[in-house]
Formats: sequence, C-alpha cells, structure tokens
Amino acid sequence: MIEKLDITLIVNGRERHARVEPRRLLADVLRHELGLKGTHIGCEHGVCGACTVLLDGRSARSCLHFAVAVDGAEITTVEGLGGGDELTPIQQAFHRNHALQCGYCTPGMLVTVQEFLAREPDPDDAAIRRALSNNICRCTGYANIVAAVREAARALREAGT
Amino acid sequence: MKPAPFAFAQPDDLAGLLLALGEHGEDARILAGGQSLVPLMNLRMVQPAMLISLNRVDALDFVDVEDDRIVIGARVRQAQAEEDEAVRRHCPLLADALSFVGGQSNRNRGTVCGSLAHGDPLGEPPAAALALDAEMRIVGPHGRRTVPASQFFLGALETVIAADEMLEAVAVERTRGDERSCFLEVGNRAHGFAVAGLALRLRFDAAGTVTLARVAMIGAGDTARRIAGAETALTGRALDEAAIAEAVAHARTEVDPPSDVHADAGHRRHVLGVLLDRGLRRLAEGDDA
Repeated sequence: MIEKLDITLIVNGRERHARVEPRRLLADVLRHELGLKGTHIGCEHGVCGACTVLLDGRSARSCLHFAVAVDGAEITTVEGLGGGDELTPIQQAFHRNHALQCGYCTPGMLVTVQEFLAREPDPDDAAIRRALSNNICRCTGYANIVAAVREAARALREAGT
Repeated sequence: MKPAPFAFAQPDDLAGLLLALGEHGEDARILAGGQSLVPLMNLRMVQPAMLISLNRVDALDFVDVEDDRIVIGARVRQAQAEEDEAVRRHCPLLADALSFVGGQSNRNRGTVCGSLAHGDPLGEPPAAALALDAEMRIVGPHGRRTVPASQFFLGALETVIAADEMLEAVAVERTRGDERSCFLEVGNRAHGFAVAGLALRLRFDAAGTVTLARVAMIGAGDTARRIAGAETALTGRALDEAAIAEAVAHARTEVDPPSDVHADAGHRRHVLGVLLDRGLRRLAEGDDA
C-alpha cells in the first residue's frame, strides 16, 4: 500500500490542503478534493487542453502533473480568472462572440488565452490560431473563438491592462 | 485513464537524486517536466514502481555560457531555454527547434534534458542536439561521463543512460559568426507530432565554401539521426544548385522513415527531401535562424 502525502496548494489565492496518493493528478485534486469542477478533463494525456490551468503563472496541463510534484505551487483555475461573478474582458468577448457551444473546452481556452494575450497583446490571426492549436474544440467553433480572442485583445489594449 | 500506483520521492539536491536512483534505479523513473512520461503513465504504457522528481533540485536550473558551448541544466524548461537571452544569442538553432515542441503549456513545463533523455524519435530537441554536436553530460553513482550526441540515441525511447544514471545537463556548441542554421518541420497540425523535421547547420569560409555541415532529421528512422551522405555531399564546396540537388538525393536514399498513423514512409522520404532543399536554399540566401 503506497502512502498518501500531505500537500498544500495556493489555489486562486487561497491556501488549500489535501492528502493524496502520489498518482493523483492535479486535475483530479482540483475537481474532487477541492471541488473546483471548472477544470475539465478530456483526453488525460495532454492533447486536448481542456484541463489547462496556470501553474506558478504559466499555462500547464493539470492532467500531466502529479499533485504531489507541485506541492506548494500557485494554481489559477478558470474559477480564479474573474472576481466572483465579474467576467474578465476575455470571458466577455467569448460570451459576445458565441465562442462556446457545449462549453467543454472553454475553461482551457480561457486560461490559454489569458497567458497568450499577456505575452502578445496585439496578435494577428495566424498567431491567435497558433496559440490555440493545442486546445481542441470538438464543436469546431474555432472561427468564433478566434474572433473572441481578437476582440478581447483589442478590449484589453484599450483598457490598458 | 489514471496511472498505476507508484512511490514518490523528491530530493532537494543532486546527492539525494543519485541516492534514490542507486537504490531504485531499475524500477524508478526520473520525473522532470513530465510532458512525455506522464501521458505514457496515464495510458499505463509505462508503470514505474517509483518516480524520483528532480523539480526541487535548484542546482539543476542553470544556463551557463562556456567558451565554445552553452550548457543547459536538467531542470531548465523548454520555454525557459527558448526565451533565454544567452540561448537566443549564442544558439539560435536550439531556440528555433524548441519553438516546435508541443504547445506553450507543454513547453512551460517540459525540460530540454527530459526530452533528450526520453529520446522520442519524433522529438525536436534530439535533432537539435545532433546538429549542434552536443555533449550529453550524464551523472550517476560512479561519477560523471560525457557522451557525444551522435552516440547517445540508441533507438526509439532508448539512450545510453543507465538505470542508475541521469542526464545532468546538455552542452551544445555555440554558434560562430561563420555559421548559419535553421530548423524546419512539417506536421499534420501545428505543435502535434512531427511528420518530418530538419535541424541544419552549415559553416562557411570567406570564399563561401562549406567547411562543416550538420544535417539532422526526425521522421527519418527510429531515432533522430544525422544523414552522413548529405553532410559529405555538402562539405568542401560552394552551396550551389548542384550541391543542393546532390545532398537532397543522398538524404532521400539514406533515410529509413517509419510508417505510422502520422504519415507513411514514402511520404516522409519525400517531405524530408523537400525540407532539406528548402533549408539549404534558406541558408544559401542568408535567411537563417
């Protein structure tokens, strides 16, 4: 029997504790131990991007990390992007542009775009498509997602954030 | 799927890593960024009894500039190396190659050395290491040893690293003023598995004669590999139409591409020739990395 380990994560600014087996994936800890079901699990081998979170400020696949190996890290999930019921400019742009149908890929898309626009505030469409190329939307609503990212980039630039 | 159970250790220093490796080597795997290992574990294609994480060993997080080499430690993430000022300035081919690895979220976590130690036949860093005459700096319970990249990759997911050893750092050659290089790749989707890839590095003398040629390819065999015939065809002459045609012909003869879900062997053979033709023309025009 393999021993469970105590871990501490700073999730969306709050210190959270869990006791988990080494094989427990970060995605599962977020969803099952911490009740944050916004992080979705699709392929479980790092291809679909639905489980993307920010890990110490950079995007990462939560299905490709064992929670014990990121003990002490700061995690931002989709729940932590906005302030409570406030939507971020990126979320508003997704809403306005119908950039989601079933919504399964949306949390991963939002987290990916959050990092991307912070790094590249004025991207062209080719750069946007490249940035989204590892997040799969099986409703194939990519045109609207690209439009939303374009609009969000403009909104963020105008807001000077 | 979920991975099979395993025990976990995350020592704070290299001595601790080596101790754990010495004790559990045959049954253990080193965990760096996990971007190749964890998918295989989730699919239960790999079931190590123990994972030894190097993520707490701060001493492995370094990029050093030596006289003629750039040395990248085992904990340096691919994105970190890709963005590193010294890497971009002194080894643009490596930064170029890393930009093709996975997506941003994979590169944020995956390490340069992890990708080399994993030895995926379709991974980009092994081809860059071959083209850059990298020294693979391996450490184990009996000390350190250095293996040239050309002798490091034995087969698909197989390298010369023994069960109780690990790759401590990779030292790639610094790019000189008389060199041009580029990395080219074709895949079925951006940042997916490569169909074919090319790491190309040429050195010229003042008259425009090629004095050193490194042609490393992925999708050309069961590991990344150098194409000796193409390198010989390019060396000691000007990079003109005849040299390009001859190198491409040699490459298409010498490669032994796999057939898999991404592409069949014949398609890969054709594409590898196209990439080499394209790369050589780019370098002939001085449009390098």
